[in-house]
Amino acid sequence: MFHLHKVKTVLKTHSLDTAAIRKDFPILSRKVQGKPLVYLDNAATSQKPEEVVQAIQSYYRSYNANVHRGIHDLSEEATAAYESAREKIGSFINSKRREENIFLRNATEGINLIANTWGKKNISKGDHILLTIMEHHSNIVPWQLLAKENGATLKFVDIDDEGKLMLDQAEEMIDEGPRLLCITQMSNVLGTINPVKELIARAHDHGVTVLIDGAQSVPHIPVDLQDLDSDFFVFSGHKMLGPTGVGVVHGKRELLEEMPPFLTGGNMIKEVHMTEARWSDLPWKFEAGTPDIGGAIGLATAVEYLSSLGMKNVCALEKELTKYAMDRLIDIPGIHIYGPRDLENRCGIIAFNIDGIHAHDVSTLLNQDGVAIRAGHHCAMPLMERLKIPASVRASFYIYNTQKEIDVLVESLINAKRIFGS
Amino acid sequence: MSSDLYREIILDHYKNPRNYGKLERPDLTSRESNPLCGDIVEIQMALDGNKIGAIRFNGEGCAISRAATSMLVEYIEGKPLEEVKEIDKAVILEMLGVGEIGPSRIKCALLGLKVLKMAAYAHLGAKLSEEELREY
Repeated sequence: MFHLHKVKTVLKTHSLDTAAIRKDFPILSRKVQGKPLVYLDNAATSQKPEEVVQAIQSYYRSYNANVHRGIHDLSEEATAAYESAREKIGSFINSKRREENIFLRNATEGINLIANTWGKKNISKGDHILLTIMEHHSNIVPWQLLAKENGATLKFVDIDDEGKLMLDQAEEMIDEGPRLLCITQMSNVLGTINPVKELIARAHDHGVTVLIDGAQSVPHIPVDLQDLDSDFFVFSGHKMLGPTGVGVVHGKRELLEEMPPFLTGGNMIKEVHMTEARWSDLPWKFEAGTPDIGGAIGLATAVEYLSSLGMKNVCALEKELTKYAMDRLIDIPGIHIYGPRDLENRCGIIAFNIDGIHAHDVSTLLNQDGVAIRAGHHCAMPLMERLKIPASVRASFYIYNTQKEIDVLVESLINAKRIFGS
Repeated sequence: MSSDLYREIILDHYKNPRNYGKLERPDLTSRESNPLCGDIVEIQMALDGNKIGAIRFNGEGCAISRAATSMLVEYIEGKPLEEVKEIDKAVILEMLGVGEIGPSRIKCALLGLKVLKMAAYAHLGAKLSEEELREY
């Protein structure tokens, strides 16, 4: 825990009109428990703008067909839209090659793919995998299973008392030469933004392969994969205005080409004979079965929406909200806020606890005021153990949130304290 | 769910849980967590013949799970172990004095009951029914 003081960061300006943005999200006008919805659970999943919903509807209404199969207009239109979605999403993250972007269900499935293909082939007895204590379960459990199976071990980089990654320790542990470094670009609990570019460069100096979990970063900060130079990078569509069921795993071509397939079946083969098969080219080698075509089209529309706002603006808007929220939350007696105070190194996620009230009870009471937040361990139990807390409350912001909504959150928290007499 | 979920009696049991702690020589111990939220309840019992002589609980939890467990162990202490079989969701809701609890919080309210049944049933050679397993 750190001493309470107001955030002193100088904020960058942005040119976004939140009132106009809110009009694009029909769900924001609904009520919860008779009160206007205040949706502050964006780190779990974001809301979807009307354009995304329309794009998905339009696919199912006007050109629904399977991709890469039929020699007919509908199939060709669907294939063009699906592959164009890959292009748009690839350029949103500035990936070098179109075929390095593989559509899967989500970041979790992406990490499982890497563990089960690259991992099984390249990680063997005596090797170790380097993780950080702030990883989401999805970037821990697949590696635990692989380590058990292949006789490897896991090591974890710790955080300091403020919730920042201990960089000296990270560097030392990278120098020890793990086979793989797996690290989140942004913590889903602390909001910490890790300096992954520097860590990737250091890892590469030592021949270490790097996987970046971008599930929280891609929706909120500009991400440039050619600049980062990650070997593997995963993210989910549903946290960045896209639909659930579609995500991306990006891998460098030379790595992907060497990897065996993960799921097998239709769409991922060139030829199948009775006893053997030849794999399809990238990226289809990793896309067995009919993909989530509508989902990919929806996600492409989501990245167009975000691009039209500009990711620098998105990031600046969220930092402004985060600063406002931090300044107001700090004034609540008995509150403990986790994560860095310096907004340079964090984005719009604030996890906290209030003395004497369990996170679930906070969540239930906030819901009565229409405020949706997350309470629990946020799929990061090792981090919860490190912070010595069983659970926390998490408010997370996105482009449509307002300072007025943060005022509702604060008033509701004060009411919860009154009810609990704490 | 209404705000009467946090009535005085529930907050009282939350802040001053009855029978909280551990037994030195328990005959039966059971522990379970709620994977959704990380709540943990452990219940220990010392038997006096067929009766529950002493009972203690400990763990980590929200007001609903702690108050429900506190009320439950206070109620069951001194009663025949067999009586654990008679307690169901309706009894817990009545103890808490609420009509209904939403689907995300009902598991909190029933976690203590599940742990109590696990301990008692293991001793009685009974099993949790399909319905009980679904509910908890």
